[in-house]
Amino acid sequence: MSWETVIGLEVHVELSTKTKIFCGCTTKFGGEPNTHCCPICTGMPGTLPLINKRVVEYALKAGLALKCEITRKMKFDRKNYFYPDLPKAYQISQLYLPICRNGHIDIETSLGNKRIGIHEIHMEEDAGKLTHDPWLDETLVDYNRCGVPLIEIVSEPDMRSAEEVIAYLTSLKSTLQYLGVSDCRMQEGSLRADINLSVRRAGETKLGTRTEMKNMNSFKAIARAIEGEAKRQIELIEDGRKVKQETRRWDDNKDSSFAMRSKENAQDYRYFPEPDLPPIVISDEWIKQVTESQPELPKEKRARYVSELGLPEYDAGLITQEKRLAELFEGASAVCKDCKLTSNWIMGELLSYLSEKQIPADELSLDYKKLGDILSRMQKSEINRNSAREVFKVVMETDADVGKYIAEHSLSLVGDSDMLLSAAESVINENAGAVSRYKAGEEKLFGFFVGQCMKKLRGKADPVKLGEILKEKLQ
Amino acid sequence: MKTALEYGRLLAERQIGARELAQSFMDKISSGNGKYNAVLRTCGESALSAADEAQKRLDVGAALSPIDGVPVLVKDNISTKGIKTTCASKMLADYVPPYDAAVIEKLRNAGAVIIGKTNMDEFAMGSTSETGYFGAVSNPWDASRVAGGSSGGSAASVALGFAPLALGSDTGGSIRQPASYCGVTGIKPTYGAVSRYGLIAYASSLDQIGALSIGAGDLRAALDIMTGIDKRDMTSADALKPSAQKVKPIGEMRVALPKEYFGEGLDDGVAKCVLSAAKELEKMGAKVSECSLSSVRYAVPAYYIIACAEASSNLSRYDGIKYGMRAEKYEDLSDMYEKTRSEGFGAEVKRRIRLGAFALSSGYYDAYYLKALKVRSIIKQAFYKVLEDYDMILCPASPVLPPEKGESLADPMQMYLSDIYTVSVNLAGLPGLTMPCGFCGGLPVGCQLIGRAFEENALLTAAEEYQKATDFHLRAAKEAGL
Repeated sequence: MSWETVIGLEVHVELSTKTKIFCGCTTKFGGEPNTHCCPICTGMPGTLPLINKRVVEYALKAGLALKCEITRKMKFDRKNYFYPDLPKAYQISQLYLPICRNGHIDIETSLGNKRIGIHEIHMEEDAGKLTHDPWLDETLVDYNRCGVPLIEIVSEPDMRSAEEVIAYLTSLKSTLQYLGVSDCRMQEGSLRADINLSVRRAGETKLGTRTEMKNMNSFKAIARAIEGEAKRQIELIEDGRKVKQETRRWDDNKDSSFAMRSKENAQDYRYFPEPDLPPIVISDEWIKQVTESQPELPKEKRARYVSELGLPEYDAGLITQEKRLAELFEGASAVCKDCKLTSNWIMGELLSYLSEKQIPADELSLDYKKLGDILSRMQKSEINRNSAREVFKVVMETDADVGKYIAEHSLSLVGDSDMLLSAAESVINENAGAVSRYKAGEEKLFGFFVGQCMKKLRGKADPVKLGEILKEKLQ
Repeated sequence: MKTALEYGRLLAERQIGARELAQSFMDKISSGNGKYNAVLRTCGESALSAADEAQKRLDVGAALSPIDGVPVLVKDNISTKGIKTTCASKMLADYVPPYDAAVIEKLRNAGAVIIGKTNMDEFAMGSTSETGYFGAVSNPWDASRVAGGSSGGSAASVALGFAPLALGSDTGGSIRQPASYCGVTGIKPTYGAVSRYGLIAYASSLDQIGALSIGAGDLRAALDIMTGIDKRDMTSADALKPSAQKVKPIGEMRVALPKEYFGEGLDDGVAKCVLSAAKELEKMGAKVSECSLSSVRYAVPAYYIIACAEASSNLSRYDGIKYGMRAEKYEDLSDMYEKTRSEGFGAEVKRRIRLGAFALSSGYYDAYYLKALKVRSIIKQAFYKVLEDYDMILCPASPVLPPEKGESLADPMQMYLSDIYTVSVNLAGLPGLTMPCGFCGGLPVGCQLIGRAFEENALLTAAEEYQKATDFHLRAAKEAGL
């Protein structure tokens, strides 16, 4: 009997606005506890929320990129619950009229293309952070994150495997990064996913009972959690038991999940419309303005790289997946005027460097001008490939000046005709025997002469020019 | 007793000094408040130094407003930086706000001298000013009776001559009803006319800050200062201040008497006084006629569902974590919440939180909260309809004379029902004004004028004209011996 896994995702994304959603405090990550807050985000009596228009604009950008319908008159609602990290004891969110609905995103997996529905996108405020001090048995509250803007992107239950989920998340992440609405850094918590998962026998159309796994924050953990949870549910059903609707937490170290809260204990959030915020009207003009300012998105960029720049489909796909890589590619190739050279370098040298050092591509700080500079010097035979690698690594590590480093370490290829000529002449003089054998037709000896010249010039000769000079001298 | 504008003029003419004036009112409070419990605290030095600043301006003829240097009392649910703001609750008994409410900023910028904070119902929940943690406010006309609520401290203070002007807040009649019970004039502006930033919320969609004084002129002066959009309150509107609003002469005004407001349950003495005010307006040339507002019978239940629902959420923040009181002994987090909130809130507040939480809970939301919202929009439409044909509505502010203390605490349902004439105005978001219009058995009776949104000046002008022709509003001052 074969089983089908049905997965829907709720993805929380922290928006990268400079200030919080309902006050003017900074959204900067970190900071001494309780220094990024004010009477509004700490819920002092009598304060009122003031909507940050930029947050609405970012949500709108995301909604339009995900082909959503935009709610023209949208409202906020209060979600009421007590917890020390929530100073007002309610979170301002959207339940009844979220800003975006009914969108989709297209993903690619080994089985081909698939469209994943977006049920809705809504805006809400983040909560603070609790730190427990086991020594003093005290819990400390830090409100710096309170009021940082979030959007929650809720998918339809359209995914059937961990692969599809990862493809969905990858695509979502790169779209949001391209839009500039979030940096989507999972390790800092600016992108976190809740997984709703159920299983059913193949061919069944009714959905099974689902469980929810909260706050997953790495792709690898998500993939393992999906495999693990699907297996757990299938085993339960095959054993004649039932799946309970509940919230579970995935423990990636133990490779298993445990129940946190069952449906019977589910909280009643007593949602109701936020009376402190009047409805916000999204005008045609606003939508037009945002639509016109949308950047080129990964899919469009990829198609253009293939059709206009002649990159292979695979290369274009890989480079456009990360906004940083595409930026670097476009910048560096404009400097060195060689797309293929640039894409090869990014796919080879750069990606292997990143994976070796375990640096996520979105944290790459390499200046495209420097990469372009290295590549054009290599292309003009100012330096050879080995030297280019060396300079590249140094630039990656120390952000060194390319020209200065090459000069200081004498990496320039010798392109000076006189030097090449004198080297060629002395090699010819020193190897009279070989010269006569070459002239007698033993052409493979040409490489030997090149090698000898290189040796004299410590490997820094421009190989093309050297070849020309040698050929002439040996005639 | 003089009005705030009269004191402002005397100050500007340097016939009196600002420091002496502030000190004399604070002295009067310290000697007279004991019996009435209208004022919770006076500001002492900070008031005197504000008065000194005002004096410097007055000395050089640079008054910031017609009330520069005039003492003002403020209801204790309006945040005052550095001055305790308790909402008459044990929960906030020691709470000192880190910021000034928008209206306080505006008053300070106009030179007003804040001399103290007034008593009220706990978190403005009540119609008698008896539910507060610091005890009940007594009616200045008969100390065995209530002053009305929830701005009872502000209304009684004006009647007792503790200050010529006081700020109040009105969620379901909390300015208009105590004004009626205490024989003073009070206005609740249109929802959105005055910023709520810094007003400690009871029910956000109904709360509005207003003012109380002896006469309508002072209220115009106060609203001229307080009205206008505030970017910190997204529900505030770009409203014109009253003196900038065009207004008809009284002789051209059309006044509606809704027949449903004069029916069963209305005290005969109250009815007589209110109808005599209608006659008086007619004498002044206004066209008075009967109209119908049948939706009023649904107003009280709709009001209590909406107000309590919002209150249950607004008051959730008092959880013992950040500010306010925390229970001393508790087992764990949920026990801390429970004990703090059980000990910190009084019975009426807890009742309303429970009612509101119930109305919003899953399975009941549609039947209660959503239905109440529908009723609200029907009521709003009905008022707007009547106000297409009329400039204002005249009706009682309360169906009864001020009750004896303790009566309402014993029968909260009766207390809720007595809000019948005031709550619709908040549901519709309209301005309402109460002014004294007679006496019944030695107790004052007020009548209420309800106007179109953002047309406060029509109400103020009608009241001003009425107060030129009558002297009911001056009785309180006389009784107070001023």
